[in-house]
Amino acid sequence: MDKLQKMIKGAVKNTYSYRGLLKQLVTRDLKLKYRRSVLGYLWSVLNPLLTMLIMTIVFSHMFRFQIVNYPVYLLCGNIIFGVFSSTTIKSCHAVLDNAALIKKVYLPKYIFVFSRVTSGFVDFLFSFAALIFVLLITKSKFSLYNLLFFIPCIEIYLFSLGMSLFLAQANVFFRDIQYLYGVFCTALNYLCVLFYPIEALPTNVRFFVENFNPIYLYITMFRQCVHLNVLISPQMVLRGLLWALCMFVFGIFCFKRSQEKFILYI
Amino acid sequence: MQLEEELIVEVNNVFIQFNMATERVSHLKEYVIKLLKHQLLFQKFEALKGITFNVKKGEAWGIVGANGSGKSTLLKTISGILKPYKGNVKIKGTVSPLIELGAGFDGEMTARENIFLNGCVLGYTEEFLKEKFDEIVDFAEVREFLDVPLKNFSSGMAARLGFAIATTVKPDILICDEVLAVGDFKFQEKCEKRMNDLLSGGTTLLFVSHSIEQVKRMCKKAIWLDHGEMKMIGEADEVCDLYSKS
Repeated sequence: MDKLQKMIKGAVKNTYSYRGLLKQLVTRDLKLKYRRSVLGYLWSVLNPLLTMLIMTIVFSHMFRFQIVNYPVYLLCGNIIFGVFSSTTIKSCHAVLDNAALIKKVYLPKYIFVFSRVTSGFVDFLFSFAALIFVLLITKSKFSLYNLLFFIPCIEIYLFSLGMSLFLAQANVFFRDIQYLYGVFCTALNYLCVLFYPIEALPTNVRFFVENFNPIYLYITMFRQCVHLNVLISPQMVLRGLLWALCMFVFGIFCFKRSQEKFILYI
Repeated sequence: MQLEEELIVEVNNVFIQFNMATERVSHLKEYVIKLLKHQLLFQKFEALKGITFNVKKGEAWGIVGANGSGKSTLLKTISGILKPYKGNVKIKGTVSPLIELGAGFDGEMTARENIFLNGCVLGYTEEFLKEKFDEIVDFAEVREFLDVPLKNFSSGMAARLGFAIATTVKPDILICDEVLAVGDFKFQEKCEKRMNDLLSGGTTLLFVSHSIEQVKRMCKKAIWLDHGEMKMIGEADEVCDLYSKS
């Protein structure tokens, strides 16, 4: 236990000493993303908004699901799923893209994954502007429960970080991972109950989604506090935390075990 | 004078092994097929074979040898980029690796942004970089081009900027790998002067160059590497003379 404590302390200290680099890498990602576009950062807000608009038009006329305040329901799911899929897909290349740097300077390699996930989350925070806009337009009620939105956000951040660490290191050794994972994300998209109500799923699929899909769990929590205006169920918070911590530890373990071999494969 | 006797770099019997990438497996399917056929043979290639030497504080060492003799590998091992599979390397103090100038430069970003990015890669803080910003820009002579994306820089200009950033701090150990080959004559002189300044300030220098003259001029001691083995170690003049005769 003492050893573990020391290890964690060391890791935190190490990360803290590289905060300058982390900040630079995150700003680089954000700056380059919208460089030379006229609207710039506004796209981080417009993108989810326009996607939601299209999906609302398509699904509320074609399928007619019985969901109150459908635009908010849709947007909640979309931005949570979006941040997970975009950060993890981008992180697949995190180590490979920085090969030139890794070969020439000694740096902790997790920093590249860490910075990609973090810049993805900064982007995600921008999209909150879109959410607030839609909440106002649809005349949704606000309450103190809304303020609990940070709980699912922190949990999915940890979960994405763990997943990204795993993917980034696996992709160094097997480049197939990036393509495989892209397909996996498409499948996951349909299993996250983004644009339909959970009741629409057949019983056995529904059981699976409710119990073994952490992303759905985070989306549900987020919807509870933003869309339904109720207290997040504590049991869900715990389950979400457990998923996040397990993924995080698993990701770190895999990454740590293989990071010294990266240089031979990049 | 006790401080001068302090060992700052200790390299003990270091072996580095590479997989020769003749049949590198980077696809799952290939991997499974090869595994089934028992073809997962890794052809080992030893880049360094038992290198041992010690560097005292403030010394300047040159490393000479033909292409592929393991010079860069040795420097990378000392900077901590490569891990030896046998033996060990002990370092005291901060290392400024100039394995390649401007490692971590991003072509899409401007020179101004790259100074901060590259500086952070080398472990400086933002406040420190702000303080030294003018000094870096003046040394690199790029003031007019500060807001130009780096991809539009000539290689010499980028190298100047890289050198200026890397040497703006006084590191304990400066590692230079063939980095001055790109700059023009004037800039090479300027760099040499900067390195000499650092040396007289107590920095330890590890220097790889194909220019025997430069090694003789800059360094007191030298190592001659040949196919991963240490062929000779000693005074720079002697080693260089024998090397240039071979």
